[in-house]
Amino acid sequence: MKRVYVNEQWCLGCRLCEYYCAFAGIGGADMARTLKGVKINPRICVEENNGISFAVSCRHCEEPLCVKSCITGALTVNSDGGVIVVDKSRCVGCYTCILSCPYGAVSPSDDGVIQKCELCVKTVSGVPACVQGCPNNAIVFEERCVAL
Amino acid sequence: MKYVIIGNSAAGVGCIEGIRQVDREGEITVISNEPYHTYSRPLISYLLYGKTDEQKMKYRPDDFYEKNNVNFIYGNVTKIDSTAKTVEYETSILVYDKLLVATGSRAFVPPFAGLDGVAERYTFMSLNDAKALEQAISQDKRVLIVGAGLIGLKCAEGIAARVKSVTVADLADRILPSILDEQGAGIVQRHIESKGIKFKLSANITRFEGNTAILDGGDAIDFDILVLAVGVRPNTALLGGIADIDKGIIVNEKSETSAENIYAAGDCTQTIDASSGKSKIMALLPNAYMQGEIAGLNMAGFTSTLKPRFIPMNAIGFFGLHIITAGGCQLTIDNGQLTINKSDNYRRFFVDNGVLRGYILIGNVEKAGIYTSLIREQIPLVHIDFELLKEKPGLMAFSREDRAKKLTI
Ligand SMILES: Cc1cc2nc3c(=O)[nH]c(=O)nc-3n(C[C@H](O)[C@H](O)[C@H](O)COP(=O)(O)OP(=O)(O)OC[C@H]3O[C@@H](n4cnc5c(N)ncnc54)[C@H](O)[C@@H]3O)c2cc1C
Repeated sequence: MKRVYVNEQWCLGCRLCEYYCAFAGIGGADMARTLKGVKINPRICVEENNGISFAVSCRHCEEPLCVKSCITGALTVNSDGGVIVVDKSRCVGCYTCILSCPYGAVSPSDDGVIQKCELCVKTVSGVPACVQGCPNNAIVFEERCVAL
Repeated sequence: MKYVIIGNSAAGVGCIEGIRQVDREGEITVISNEPYHTYSRPLISYLLYGKTDEQKMKYRPDDFYEKNNVNFIYGNVTKIDSTAKTVEYETSILVYDKLLVATGSRAFVPPFAGLDGVAERYTFMSLNDAKALEQAISQDKRVLIVGAGLIGLKCAEGIAARVKSVTVADLADRILPSILDEQGAGIVQRHIESKGIKFKLSANITRFEGNTAILDGGDAIDFDILVLAVGVRPNTALLGGIADIDKGIIVNEKSETSAENIYAAGDCTQTIDASSGKSKIMALLPNAYMQGEIAGLNMAGFTSTLKPRFIPMNAIGFFGLHIITAGGCQLTIDNGQLTINKSDNYRRFFVDNGVLRGYILIGNVEKAGIYTSLIREQIPLVHIDFELLKEKPGLMAFSREDRAKKLTI
C-alpha cells in the first residue's frame, strides 16, 4: 500500500503541508483566501526543534492500535486498501485512540470528535494534498517494502 | 473446526476477527445472555447523555455476523464440560473444538443492610441497565450514585441534565482513586462539581432506611433513585474447577487458560501488566479486544512470536474535561513535573529505574500515545530526550535513527 513517508533532511519547516491538509478538509477555490485568518487544525503536523523539522501524519499501521482500541468501532481499516478511516458519526470523542497511537497522529477535531489523516487520494493527481503541496519532497507518497 | 465463544462483546468480537484472519471456513458460534447485536458497553452513559443511539452504539456493523459467517445464539451458558468438550445453555448443548470464555464482569453489590427496602435501585453495566435507569429518571428525581469510579461518574454525567440532582458518594477520600493521584482527582472533582454534581467522599454507608442512606457518623443522604457502581467482579464461575483462577481467569500471552483448548479474554481474565510485571485484571475495552484477537488467532492455529503487551490505560472525559492515564500512578518513585495553569492542564510522570511506569494527563492530552508507547515497550529513557518529551510530546524526542524507523518504513 502507498503511504506518506518522511524525508526529514529535506523538510524546510514551512508548514505548507499543514495548510494543504487543512484546505483539503475545508475545501474551496483558493487556499490563501479560504485559510486567511483561520486557525487551522490539520491532520498532518510539523514538529520543529533546534533546526530539525519533519511532518507526522497517520502511518496507516498494519497492526493499528487505534483501531483495535477504539471503544465504539468508529475507527476501521478500509476494506479496499488498508487506509484507516474514522466514522465521525459513531465517534464520541473519548480519545482512546489518542491514548493508543504511538506516533501522536490522531488529534481532537474542531467538531468534538477526532480526526486523522485518511489519505485524501481522490485528488486530481491521486496524491494526498500534503504531499502535493510540499515544495521540497520532504514528504512523499510511495509504496515501500514493509520490513518484517 | 468448531469454535464456540461465550460472550458477544469486545473480547468475543476480537476473537471472531482473529479467527477469520486465519480460518475462513471454521464454524463459529457466539452465545450471549444479552439479546443484542454486539454493542459498545462504554456507550451506555453516552446513550443517556444523548450523544449516541442504539443504532450508532453497535460495536460492529449490522452485517457483521453474516459477513464473518458467525452463528449467534441468545442464551445463558450454565456449564462447561471440558472432557466432553461441550457447553450447556438452557436446554441445549454446543460442542466445541476450541472454546473462548469472554464473559466479562458484573457489578459488585455490597451487602448493605436495608438494600432490599430501596425500591428504585440500579446497577450500570449493560444496555438493559441503561434502559431501566432511563425509564426511572425524571426532572423531579434525586439520584444517589454509590461509587466515584469510572462507571459511577460516567453514569452521573449521562443523567445529570435529566434529573433534579445527582450525589456521588464513595468510601475513598477522592474520586477515580484507581487512576488519579490526589491533586489530579481534585481538579477533576472541581470540574464535575461545577456542573452541579455533589460529592460525598470518605462516606461510609452503613445502611439504608427506605430511601435514605445512613452514613457512619450519622449523616444521611435522601434520594429517590439509587445507582450502585461500587466496583466490578470478573465472571469466572464457568471455569471453576476447570482452569486456574486467581481473581480473574489466568491466561498466558496466547490467551490460553490452564485448560486444554479453552481460551479466555477480556474483563474475566487476569494477565501480566507490562508496566509493573504483575499479573492483574485490566478490565478495559482495548485490552479485551486485543486479548480476544490473540485468542482467535491462536485458536485458529496461527503461531505468532508477537508478544502482546497489556497495560492499564484509560481515556475518559467528563463534561468536556479530558483525562488520559496509563501504567501505574501508585508508585513511590515520582519524577513528576506539574504544570497547572488556568486551563486546568495537569501532567505527572512516574519514572522508575530509568523507564516510564505511568503518567496522568488532564486537560491537554495531545499525543498521549507517545508516552503510552514508552510504558508499553519499557523504553529506557536514556535513549530519548525525556525532558523535551515531558514538555512537548512528539517524535522529536527520539534519536534520528529511531525516528527514521518510525517514519520511513
Ligand atoms: C459504564 C461503563 C463505561 C465504561 N467505559 C469504558 C471506557 O471509557 N474505556 C474502556 O476501555 N472501558 C470502559 N468500560 C469497560 C469496558 O466496557 C469493558 O472493559 C469491556 O466491555 C470488556 O469487554 P469483554 O468482552 O471482556 O466483556 P463484557 O463487555 O462484559 O461482555 C461480556 C458478555 O458476556 C456475556 N455473558 C457473561 N456470562 C455469560 C454466560 N454465562 N452465558 C452467556 N453470556 C454470558 C455478558 O452478558 C456480556 O454480554 C466501561 C464499562 C462500563 C460499564
